[in-house]
Amino acid sequence: MTGTRASSMRARALVPLGLALVCGPAQAHLNATGMGPIYDGLLHFLTSPEDLVPALALALLAGLRGATCAKRTMFTLPAAWLLGTVGASTATAANGGSFAAALWFVLLGALVLADAKLSLRAMTMLAALVGLAHGYLNGSGMGLSSNSIVAALGLAAAVFVCVVLAAAIVVPLRSRWARIVVRVLGSWIAASGILMIGWSLRGS
Amino acid sequence: MRPGLRRRAGHLALALLVAGWAQAAMAHVQQAEAAGLLTGLLHPVSGLDHVLAMIAVGLWGAQLGLPAIWVLPVAFPLVMAMGGMLGFLGVPLPGVEIGIAASAIVLGAAVAFELRPPLVIAALLVGCFAIFHGHAHGTELPPGQSALLYSLGFVIATGCLHALGIGIGTVHGRAWGRPLLRAAGAAVSAGGVFFMWRAFA
Repeated sequence: MTGTRASSMRARALVPLGLALVCGPAQAHLNATGMGPIYDGLLHFLTSPEDLVPALALALLAGLRGATCAKRTMFTLPAAWLLGTVGASTATAANGGSFAAALWFVLLGALVLADAKLSLRAMTMLAALVGLAHGYLNGSGMGLSSNSIVAALGLAAAVFVCVVLAAAIVVPLRSRWARIVVRVLGSWIAASGILMIGWSLRGS
Repeated sequence: MRPGLRRRAGHLALALLVAGWAQAAMAHVQQAEAAGLLTGLLHPVSGLDHVLAMIAVGLWGAQLGLPAIWVLPVAFPLVMAMGGMLGFLGVPLPGVEIGIAASAIVLGAAVAFELRPPLVIAALLVGCFAIFHGHAHGTELPPGQSALLYSLGFVIATGCLHALGIGIGTVHGRAWGRPLLRAAGAAVSAGGVFFMWRAFA
């Protein structure tokens, strides 16, 4: 090995070593960085089927309607969800959330099952309504603070990712059987909603 | 199978295996959600009477062809959910066990005799029996478990049993498969007779 090459390698090895020495604390506990609420919002959506399933149903419907509808939905739904969550953060905790979610299950599931030919405007309005309603239910009782706004951002980000992924699977489907499978999924969502209505009525 | 398809199927199988292997996340404050989903998924497959009837729906759909092949498996869970709602609400339904056994007898016989009624009649018949299955599921929700995930679980399990029936029923397209399918229908019907006898015993 020539002297020049060896010194070059030594210099290269010193760079990561130097970077490793000057690094700050890891901030592994997200409370310290303020990033915790982002994950609270994100995980709340991903672990709440009463929120997750209607968003997926809407994404399936938008996907069945084509790329334009899917693109519009993937921005409208999270934006409306964020607006609803932040707007409702000063409201007291809403009752009847599970019943409202059940109605969305039935409506959206039935629309997917029927392969409803909704116009772009109707799809946009539907996405806005779903987002506002679920955002309101999520946001009510949270209290207006910087943490709740960050949590709402995390929630909206999770909604966006879910809608994009689900719609991206459905949009390219052209074969009759693949579309039937999506419609059958809609029937399952509607059936679950009917059961939830019964459960909500029993609870009330 | 083409190499690309085989690779994709391998990836899908691996993903399903990993997904099936996962333990309960327990990430949410609500308790017993994972248990509710598992109970719901297991409930339809834990009783042979349910399994026979639900597979028979798929067999009959496959035998009847389009559009019954997907209309019947859609009609069943939807009407079953209404029966489940009655069960959740505590509305009594007389003769649930008899209704479930009768569903296996009649749907099995429909496959065995290759009955071809109009689609509406077939859907109505399937729907009528689905009420009994749904009511049984609805009344048997274990206390303390998530009703939503229990509901999702048993709807998904029901749909998968229909899909299994449809998968078996595709043998109808082959010459050797038709008598085999009719024999499967007769077996379902015989199972239904056994459960009917047990319901009265």
